[in-house]
Amino acid sequence: MLEVTDLVVRYGNATALDGVSLQVGEGEMVALVGPNGAGKSTLVNTLSGILRPVSGSIEVDGRLAQVPEGRQLFPDLSVADNLRLGAWRSRRRAGARDPRRIYEILPDLERMAKQPAGTLSGGQQQMVAVGRALMADPDILAVDELSLGLAPLVVADLVRHLRELNASRGTAVLLIEQNARLAFDLCERAYVLESGTITMSGSSAELSRSDAVARAYLGGLTDSEAS
Amino acid sequence: MSAFLSYLISGLAIGCTFALVASGFVAIHRVTRVVNFAQGTFPVVAGLTVSSMLGRGLPHGVAELIGIVLAGVIGLVVGVIAIGKRGTPTLASLVITLGLGILAYAFEIIVWGDQPVSYSMLRGAVDIGGARVAWQYFLVIGATLVTFAALGLFFTRTYLGKALSACASNPYAARLAGINPIRMGLLAFALGGLLGGLAGVLITPLQPVAFDSDVLLATSGFAAAIFGGLNSPYAALVGGLLLGVLEAFVAGYINASYQTEVAMVLIIVVMIYQASRRSTVSEEVS
Ligand SMILES: Nc1ncnc2c1ncn2[C@@H]1O[C@H](COP(=O)(O)OP(=O)(O)OP(=O)(O)O)[C@@H](O)[C@H]1O
Ligand SMILES: [Mg+2]
Repeated sequence: MLEVTDLVVRYGNATALDGVSLQVGEGEMVALVGPNGAGKSTLVNTLSGILRPVSGSIEVDGRLAQVPEGRQLFPDLSVADNLRLGAWRSRRRAGARDPRRIYEILPDLERMAKQPAGTLSGGQQQMVAVGRALMADPDILAVDELSLGLAPLVVADLVRHLRELNASRGTAVLLIEQNARLAFDLCERAYVLESGTITMSGSSAELSRSDAVARAYLGGLTDSEAS
Repeated sequence: MSAFLSYLISGLAIGCTFALVASGFVAIHRVTRVVNFAQGTFPVVAGLTVSSMLGRGLPHGVAELIGIVLAGVIGLVVGVIAIGKRGTPTLASLVITLGLGILAYAFEIIVWGDQPVSYSMLRGAVDIGGARVAWQYFLVIGATLVTFAALGLFFTRTYLGKALSACASNPYAARLAGINPIRMGLLAFALGGLLGGLAGVLITPLQPVAFDSDVLLATSGFAAAIFGGLNSPYAALVGGLLLGVLEAFVAGYINASYQTEVAMVLIIVVMIYQASRRSTVSEEVS
């Protein structure tokens, strides 16, 4: 589904990704955790074609859509228009621009359809950002910082939607998260990215038992100690 | 009283053409963040073109259409040179437009010479409160209002218009959705050309146009455009009307040669006001 091999990305002379390889299988949910500045957003922006890699390859089997860090909505446009623009690439296909497709998955959005996106709460905006990405009918959804700045209940709601989407449509998910516990809960596999390289990978269960991961990302407790 | 009325109506009409030039500034700036210094070239080329087309016996309507379309094409060309290459810094694009505006002088002088030209569109006048007001003024006002209404519908009702607005409000997110900001920028430049062209076609019968009329038109259009911080076409319309009326009164009651100065003073006043408001806000935040 997604196969990234030896990806190198630079900003001028600064190397942000230094030989990153990872895979996401069909319908799989995979987490990518790592500290600030590790290169997580750089990776998704390269997957989306915003940044050009110096070397390495990206193979996507199907369509990839990104929910960018910090939502990045069009604040003056209505929720419905934000959604409609998510379908830009497939705009000529009949019905592609109709936001009602998304209201079936994220029913809360229908109430806010006419509101300017900039006037919504953080959680509502994240919902719009997810919906806008879904308008592209992605086979794989790359979510950059799902929980950033959101209350736990709101995050739980978003997580539930991602699970449903994965179960009902088989949409694969690459989840980038600061909250490693949440990421390990939701995804069966995970990668740890540090200073532009993948330092650990494996099943979420394995990783959450590792001391190094626990120290850096789970507040010092391995999952078995925590429970 | 009759003088007042005729100054007012002619001021509104001239102000409409400023507003059209201004809306070109706004369209281009919103989408590309570039202040297009070649904006005054579009009305000049359109006015000169229509004049020579009519001179060759082309009928009204066709000649005007050619002038406007040509201005749109030139807008597109300016856009390709100024922003066509990805990653061109905004300041570089701005300087390119300035250079192209000056380069255009050479072409205009070679093709049309350096004498002002004019032509008449609508003949005749109407009596309003004792003042004779030429129909042309009403044509200008009507055409401008229709154009602004159409622009409003385009930006708020059509998918393409929304994509342009999206580029203006968040170019990164627009790119993620697959909207190509350079193509949208070129579209904005073409639109800026068309709007400038329309302004030129409408104003030439009222004020003869020569190759160097771009300075007055661009300065006045810019003054109108900064009313809305270069981002609001409706504020630009208000700004244009205000400036047009102000200039007409200054010309009528004081001295006709002060037009550019009025625009300049207005620009300075608006900018000082906006700067003072901005610093108040940042003081409150800090
Ligand atoms: N536009 C840019 N120009 C130059 N350097 C950049 C740019 N964007 C990111 N970087 C640098 O690249 C590195 C990786 O940044 P990136 O945003 O990908 O990290 P991240 O893992 O997403 O961090 P965070 O968790 O804070 O979002 C950082 O050192 C950052 O300073
Ligand atoms: Mg990031």
